Amino acid sequence: MKRYSAFAVAREAMTYHQGWERAWRSPEPRDAYEVIVIGAGGHGLATAYYLGREHGIKNVAVIEKGWLGGGNTGRNTTIIRSNYLQDPSAAIYEKARALYEDLSQDLNYNIMFSPRGVMMVAQTHHEVRGYQRTAHANALQGVTTEFITPERVKELCPIIEINGPRYPVLGALWQARGGTARHDAVAWGYARKCSDMGMDIIQKTEVTGIRQKNGVVTGVETSRGPINCKKLCIVVAGHSSQLAEMAGFRLPIESVALQALVSEPIKPCMDVVVMANTVHGYLSQSDKGEMVIGGGTDGFNNYTQRGSFHHIEETVRALTETFPMLARLKMLRQWGGIVDMTGDRSPILSTTPLGNTFVNCGWGTGGFKAIPGSGFAMAELVARGEPGPLAAAFSLGRFTEGRFIDESVAAGVAH
Amino acid sequence: MSTRLTRAGRLIDPTRPLEFRFNGKRLRGFAGDTLASALLANDQMLVGRSFKYHRPRGIVASGAEEPNALVNMGAEGRFEPNQRATTTELFDGLSATSQNHWPSLEYDIGAINTHLARFLPAGFYYKMFIHPRPFWKHVYEPFIRQSAGLGRAPKARDADRYEHFYAHVDLLIIGGGVAGLQAALTAGRAGRRVLVIEQTPHWGGRAPVDGGEIDGQPTEAWIGDALAALSEMANVTLRNRTMGAGIYDHGYALGYERVSDHAPDGGDAPRHRLWRIRARHILSATGAIERPLSFAGNDLPGVMLAAAMRDYLVDYGVSPGDRTVVVTNNDDAYRTAIALKEAGLEVPVIADARDHATGPLAERARGMGIRVETGMGIAAVKGGKRVTGVALCAQAGEGAAREYVACDAVAMSGGWSPVVHFWSHCGGKLTWDRAGAMFRPDADHPPTGQDGLPMVTAAGAANGAMMLDACMADAVAQARLATIAAGGKARKTAPPEVECAAEQAIEPVWIMPQGAPIEARSKMWLDFQNDVKVSDVQLAAREGYESVEHTKRYTTLGMATDQGKLSNINGLAVLSDALNAEIPATGTTTFRPPYTPISLASLGGEAHGELFQPIRKTPIHDWGDANGADWEPVGLWRRAYAYPRDGETVEQAVAREVTNTRENLGLLDASTLGKIIVQGPDAGRFLDMLYTNMMSTLKPGRCRYGLMCSENGFLIDDGVVARIDDQTFLCHTTTGGAERIHGHMEEWLQTEWWDWKVYTANVTEQFAQIAVVGPNARKLLEKLGGMDVSPEALPFMAWADGQIGGFDIRAYRISFSGELSYEIAVPASQGRAFWDALMTAGQEFGVMAYGTEALHIMRAEKGFIMIGDETDGTVIPQDLGLDWAISRKKDDYLGKRAQVRSFMANPERWKLVGLETLDGSVLPDGIYAVGQGRNANGQANVIGRVTSTYHSPTLNKGIAMGLIQRGPERMGEVVEFARTDGGRIPARIVSPVFLDPEGERQNV
Repeated sequence: MKRYSAFAVAREAMTYHQGWERAWRSPEPRDAYEVIVIGAGGHGLATAYYLGREHGIKNVAVIEKGWLGGGNTGRNTTIIRSNYLQDPSAAIYEKARALYEDLSQDLNYNIMFSPRGVMMVAQTHHEVRGYQRTAHANALQGVTTEFITPERVKELCPIIEINGPRYPVLGALWQARGGTARHDAVAWGYARKCSDMGMDIIQKTEVTGIRQKNGVVTGVETSRGPINCKKLCIVVAGHSSQLAEMAGFRLPIESVALQALVSEPIKPCMDVVVMANTVHGYLSQSDKGEMVIGGGTDGFNNYTQRGSFHHIEETVRALTETFPMLARLKMLRQWGGIVDMTGDRSPILSTTPLGNTFVNCGWGTGGFKAIPGSGFAMAELVARGEPGPLAAAFSLGRFTEGRFIDESVAAGVAH
Repeated sequence: MSTRLTRAGRLIDPTRPLEFRFNGKRLRGFAGDTLASALLANDQMLVGRSFKYHRPRGIVASGAEEPNALVNMGAEGRFEPNQRATTTELFDGLSATSQNHWPSLEYDIGAINTHLARFLPAGFYYKMFIHPRPFWKHVYEPFIRQSAGLGRAPKARDADRYEHFYAHVDLLIIGGGVAGLQAALTAGRAGRRVLVIEQTPHWGGRAPVDGGEIDGQPTEAWIGDALAALSEMANVTLRNRTMGAGIYDHGYALGYERVSDHAPDGGDAPRHRLWRIRARHILSATGAIERPLSFAGNDLPGVMLAAAMRDYLVDYGVSPGDRTVVVTNNDDAYRTAIALKEAGLEVPVIADARDHATGPLAERARGMGIRVETGMGIAAVKGGKRVTGVALCAQAGEGAAREYVACDAVAMSGGWSPVVHFWSHCGGKLTWDRAGAMFRPDADHPPTGQDGLPMVTAAGAANGAMMLDACMADAVAQARLATIAAGGKARKTAPPEVECAAEQAIEPVWIMPQGAPIEARSKMWLDFQNDVKVSDVQLAAREGYESVEHTKRYTTLGMATDQGKLSNINGLAVLSDALNAEIPATGTTTFRPPYTPISLASLGGEAHGELFQPIRKTPIHDWGDANGADWEPVGLWRRAYAYPRDGETVEQAVAREVTNTRENLGLLDASTLGKIIVQGPDAGRFLDMLYTNMMSTLKPGRCRYGLMCSENGFLIDDGVVARIDDQTFLCHTTTGGAERIHGHMEEWLQTEWWDWKVYTANVTEQFAQIAVVGPNARKLLEKLGGMDVSPEALPFMAWADGQIGGFDIRAYRISFSGELSYEIAVPASQGRAFWDALMTAGQEFGVMAYGTEALHIMRAEKGFIMIGDETDGTVIPQDLGLDWAISRKKDDYLGKRAQVRSFMANPERWKLVGLETLDGSVLPDGIYAVGQGRNANGQANVIGRVTSTYHSPTLNKGIAMGLIQRGPERMGEVVEFARTDGGRIPARIVSPVFLDPEGERQNV
């Protein structure tokens, strides 16, 4: 693999960049692999990468129905934070955030992790108490956050209206080392490294069946023929229940559309990421200058990657109240993605009823930020056949035991 | 130079001159101009700078597809960046400035990037700026951010007004060109309710510029007749300046009307109007967009789309250049050459990439003395901020210049692409039309509605029928189908007689010349705004970004504010060629709404400021406003947190309110608490399933405190249920829970127990409810007189209807404070009068209003839980010592099965206790109790947390409630709480009931 650097770009410029090699190979599938990962999104590719890097398992294929990174990895609002409330969540998201810190160097691919700071503004007393609780929890979890005053909120984000007529800002939970990254680059960077390790990323290949013998998976049927494997890992957000059905088990997952939109690009006006849960909206400015806006999920299940327009309206309305200058900007593009929702809004990284098959799903509306941690924990689970400490709490068994990891807590209810 | 011709344009009113400013320069235009045509008329071809390389940019198009001519407009509350000059109607006093340059449009430091372009290919930032790590955030990224972006960020609050319209129609027609008008005639005559929306101020689309005849008259006359006929039809609505913005599932469409952008001082009209349209069927008659050609230097100001140049000439009487070279691969561009020549302008040569040009248009051009060179293309455009000439070459070669032709403008045409956005927004598929070299709607794979039938029909040029005769024939045929789909009847009719020039077939040309070397390919622009060149797309293909989505994202092709209207098809053709694949195999990127960017303010409509989530007000709200209420938002309500008096802090007020209520008399506006009527023969059975308690055994006239759990066993709400009569219950919910719990009830009734005879009604706003609390509560009611409120007549947990002080009331003997308490409901209309009566009569008993914080403190002193404080979605009733409220006699209730799961019954669960610091201080909110050591993930082990914490004015010390591992077994133990700064606070585990454990104060 040719290393990327400013020097390399300068060198290749001499030949008008005609000397660059492929970022990842486009191989024909082999007959068999040690591990097959279904789904070449961020989580699937990261799983493959850490299987190679941490566990020396490089005989791996990542099979993708469409194009790599084309699901939610390429559709999210790129926010990275780890200020979660529950211990298992904070552990895996903080692991992910920490891996993001030097992922560009690790992958030799600039994924543009930018720890510009994430604030979750509190606009009711109830939210203030909720975020104070999170700050206390984070301090014990080794996640650096603090509860800040409205004045500090305004200082960090001058375009916010803290004395709005409806919901004045009462403070915020601030994670200075949270931020954003370039979502596509995360998938591409992992793919390039996986390919370099000799793994096969097989795009445009749909898994149509799961081959089993005596309760053990022996391989998959695909649109390009059967491929055998010793271990199977299903990482297909948005289609998890369908793949599970193929494998013969059920998942406690509902699939709903989540939407986002961007404005036209403008000169920099906002350095931080702001999330406002009372009014259901979040906002950041991309390096291109677009204001990136995340909205809510539909109340019904579907697979269309489109959503109901009223969510866009509600989100925009809320954000233009919180950031009045947004009103004079224009919506450039809106889109949707299908997210897996579990009953407790926490992910599943788990063994399955099939001994050598593992599943990673249920990241809901917040999977992007978890990619490196998720891949790291999943690789450990697949390699050892049992979960390590990061994945342990996220087993399927928690639903039968009632051991939920509920992160909707801060949302709570008003009284 | 570009200039205004003496011959007036079709859309210009030469009698109405207008003044405007561009970059401070005072310029003149006419009514009917767009900002773009007016700029061209003033020889202002250079209008902006590109995104990445800061290259000089000129106007290239004449409509919504324009990628370059974006300007800042307005000031302060009306300042707005990124306004498209080609779709901005000129008005007197318009002031615009160009974007993305420093210090000026003419001399831009950022243009150094154009010299570094060779080092800044597609995706360069993924390969650079990797080391050293901190430099990305602190050095590289800030620099990139500064040079990116386009217009300036607005600062002020928007000064304009926006509104929403709602329309329900049988047929929505998007596009008011000849095809759209023809379809409107068909559907209108069939009696359908039709809405026709057109994005420009004018009807008829391109047809009047392109010439031809319909039904024996010039197109313009036919358009006039069609409009006259349509305006006679009451069932047809015509709206110009209204763009189709997007199509959503189930026949939902958005229209975006620019009501007063063209006349910003037009009184109190809204600026934009968002049309939310439900249509039985939608017809897309959105025309087509011309494609540029990819030759070296095709981005220089002065290079324009051929049809756009014709528009400026015919519609606005503006010539973009004196000497224009035309370059094409199809016949349509000849119309531009002919129009230029007819206007007395020079056309030194038409370079036609095809080997033959023998159609009538080519012959006519030749006949006018225009030199036509076939098999020729442009090797390079010369010039800096304006075209000065072109080098011609053989299209089949590698670009060896045959001839240099001086010129100041280039008109290019690479063919036309139907506007398929509205076909595609909801999943309609496209097919590659090889003969037309275009993607057009695939009639076999239309977007479908909820009934599985096609939801959208495409007609005319939008359906790939480009020539006027084919366009009208297709419009007639599709209009019939659309009319039937919209529920009407329509017979097959013959298309109108159309006269138009026949056209010779297009020859696809994606790179000019065919064998251009890399040096030339890295100067061929695909995306003018984002600076994506042919070489960039080829680089993406070389590096394995083979999916069209990968290429788009890697190169930013089509991601600019024009969303690739000019660049996408050319880009994917180049990609297909690089991959050695067929164009249809490569496919397109997804078409997403909106068609062109729409203002965020219009999405909000009127709902901003006071009208954004309007505040719900109880009948007593105004009294609170007049008496200094310190409001807090609770759901959509505002509740008084406290009522500070002169000179008091909020904390002092809260303490006074608690003390006064405990010692004398307090009034609480409890109107926001949810009140849901549940009625029917199965009401008791239903509530037995909903609550953990047994409700069916409750006697009329009595109240019972109930708990509601989710299916997963977790507490979701609590409240007092009163049985009104045999078949009627009134369920109180938390303030925030009213709508949610009502929805929860309905969900179960509608999906699971649909055969149970139960109705529910949310009557929260029908009643005002006032808590009369304190030792003097009964005295006050007795003074006002009426019903018997003695302990015998109205014991604790009973309710009764009656009169107090002449008001019809319902009194509930319930208490959330531990004091003698009556919650009294009156019809909402009587709420304020009753409150005033209580206040006046209560003076002698020391009455004071109290707010939510006093309420919270008093309930905490009594150890009563609060949903949302003690519960957070992970807590079951058993955790809170509420086992007594769980009926053991019932077979089932929601959550019962979940609560027997192993972890729910685990003795290690955190359970409710009271907490007191050793020094009487108040524990911080949300603080955790720490145990020994760390868990496998290195996190400190925790054994509990504080759920509610207050200073108790009654006990004059800090009190708290919390959940502690095995808490109730550990009474008297001291546990340590961890401050965020690492310090520890010891606190003792005590009973959560801090005051009056025997209930002597309330049961009097």
